[in-house]
Amino acid sequence: MDFLTLIQVLDSTMRMATPLLLACLAGLFSERAGIFDIGLEGKMLMAAFFSAAVAAATGNVWLGLLSGVASSLVLSGLHGLASITFRGNQLISGVALNFLASGLTVLIAESWFRQGGRTPSLLTDGRFNGIELPFAIGPADAAAADRPLNELIKEAGPIQQLYSELISGHSILVYVALLFVPLTWWVLFRTRFGLRLRAVGENPAAVDTAGVSVQGLRFAAVGICGLLCGIAGAYLATGLQAGFVREMTSGRGYIALAALIFAKWRPWHALGACLLFGLLQAIALRFQSIQFGGFTIPVQVMDALPYILTVVILAGFVGKAIPPRAGGQPYVKER
Amino acid sequence: MTLMKSLMGAAAAVALSAGAALADPALIFDLGGKFDKSFNEAAYNGAQRWVEETGGEYLEIELKSDAQREQALRRFAERGANPIITMGFAMTSTIENVAPDYPDTKFVNIDGWADLPNVQTISFAEHEGSYLAGVMAAEASKSGTVSFIGGMDIPLIRKFACGYAQGVKSVNPDATVVSNMTGTTPDAWNDPVKGSELAKAQISQGSDVVFAAAGGTGVGVLQTAADEGVLSIGVDSNQNHLHPGKVLTSMMKRVDVAVYNALKDGADLETGFQNLDLAADGVGVAIDEHNEALVTDEMKASVEAARAAIVAGDVVVHDYTSDDSCPALSF
Repeated sequence: MDFLTLIQVLDSTMRMATPLLLACLAGLFSERAGIFDIGLEGKMLMAAFFSAAVAAATGNVWLGLLSGVASSLVLSGLHGLASITFRGNQLISGVALNFLASGLTVLIAESWFRQGGRTPSLLTDGRFNGIELPFAIGPADAAAADRPLNELIKEAGPIQQLYSELISGHSILVYVALLFVPLTWWVLFRTRFGLRLRAVGENPAAVDTAGVSVQGLRFAAVGICGLLCGIAGAYLATGLQAGFVREMTSGRGYIALAALIFAKWRPWHALGACLLFGLLQAIALRFQSIQFGGFTIPVQVMDALPYILTVVILAGFVGKAIPPRAGGQPYVKER
Repeated sequence: MTLMKSLMGAAAAVALSAGAALADPALIFDLGGKFDKSFNEAAYNGAQRWVEETGGEYLEIELKSDAQREQALRRFAERGANPIITMGFAMTSTIENVAPDYPDTKFVNIDGWADLPNVQTISFAEHEGSYLAGVMAAEASKSGTVSFIGGMDIPLIRKFACGYAQGVKSVNPDATVVSNMTGTTPDAWNDPVKGSELAKAQISQGSDVVFAAAGGTGVGVLQTAADEGVLSIGVDSNQNHLHPGKVLTSMMKRVDVAVYNALKDGADLETGFQNLDLAADGVGVAIDEHNEALVTDEMKASVEAARAAIVAGDVVVHDYTSDDSCPALSF
């Protein structure tokens, strides 16, 4: 494997990891506040559909992003209503949201666009296109030289390859997702809000005794979760793809949950876990089978590895993954 | 109350007579969904053509999960639908279970291998059509590297890949054929994000013609190919219109013709095996106003020559499913 191939695999890793990372951070906020959220998948799917639908109708990708986030927030609100206000079972509420999103997106898409549960293909303005950073080799240079972009990059020096292929050329949401990692860390561990949010996931009674609203904090956490899932869904439909296709999240919400456990509910570790899972996917996509010292590792092993790793972590082989103590339990003020 | 009773009685009578009149045919779409712009949509188009010509009606269902297969099939059989047309290889075992219980109902198993007295099994010579697509790809490629993206990794999809690779090698023996499968579960038919990523990986390996035989996943492949400025080849339905001027051609599998014929024959259709090959126009490559600028005269000539040679039997395209191996491509 030469240097350029490595860079290309890492480039692919960035694209595959971004929706995972956003969804993982979304889950992190929610679960740190004591609300398990299995509905990440559904929220992403809903946001993917509404962002693509509005972007297709208006031709403006930012309006698409806004409506994607709004739709995801509505689902978050439902989850909050069921599991915080009415103290229902959080897992069941999450599963219900997944099914709701899976059916509703196709239903609305069919009635709006009549294209069999998909949105029309988005044109250039309706999508988040790659941003060319200064001095990077991009499609504009390729057009000027009238040669394929790949050849130009192949001829460039290693630093330029690294810069043009891996760092430059992603859509803005990729950079936003990366910025959310330090931001999440700062909010959770350096602000008063973050301290309370973590406390509400560990010991809500103490927070309540201090005179802070448990419900308010939990709703705030669920709201942030909705916002991040909305961006993740919009990235899938308008960044990676040019439109919505039914079930297009295809299990990414669950992989994000696995990454969250793998990261033991910590932001920087979440980045690491998502990049690792993204890397595994990228390798599986690039090489169908890998020769490894006489053995051939089939592609299915790579696909299954994120889940295997999560089980290993949960079984306690590599340190223990301890979820927030009050996670999954609705808070009852007085008995 | 009596009024209510008589009303309900009338309603029941209407329902009964409706049930008795029901000898409509039924069509079961596979998991890809009715409008996958590909395999299932071809069936839908065939059925619609029949509706327009005869004014008939048909029952239909889009399967959402594997668990529904037997239920849907039995329900249609119970309602007296005849014939019942099923899409996709995955229905084969279900038909083998259900068909013996309804000996008077005819079943059509497209892409399957069910061997029963009341089942018509239709298969296509995908390897021959893909061979023609491969010939065009090799002629259009400047880099000498072309690629293939399959949906779920099953022998049928390998048959596409193998025929394609043989076509490519027939024009340019030194050409490199990169082949990837999207996955091993039915999810692989509906993951355009993964399709895009696979296409990007293949393009960075030098491929400048990408053939996608992957259902809904192919939508992502064609999109990425158009974005990156390389050519793509669609599958099953004519997909040239999806990105005019960017899709080299589509390997058409005339599922629409098969469905149309089955509906036209109705309950009298002949059971047994039917193989729709190149000679029977069951497969072929699409050339229309959206891609004619891409297809040179030489390309047309070589496709015609290859087609004639296959029909005449001078060229035998190896069928992957015959012995689970491929001379031109390793998986």
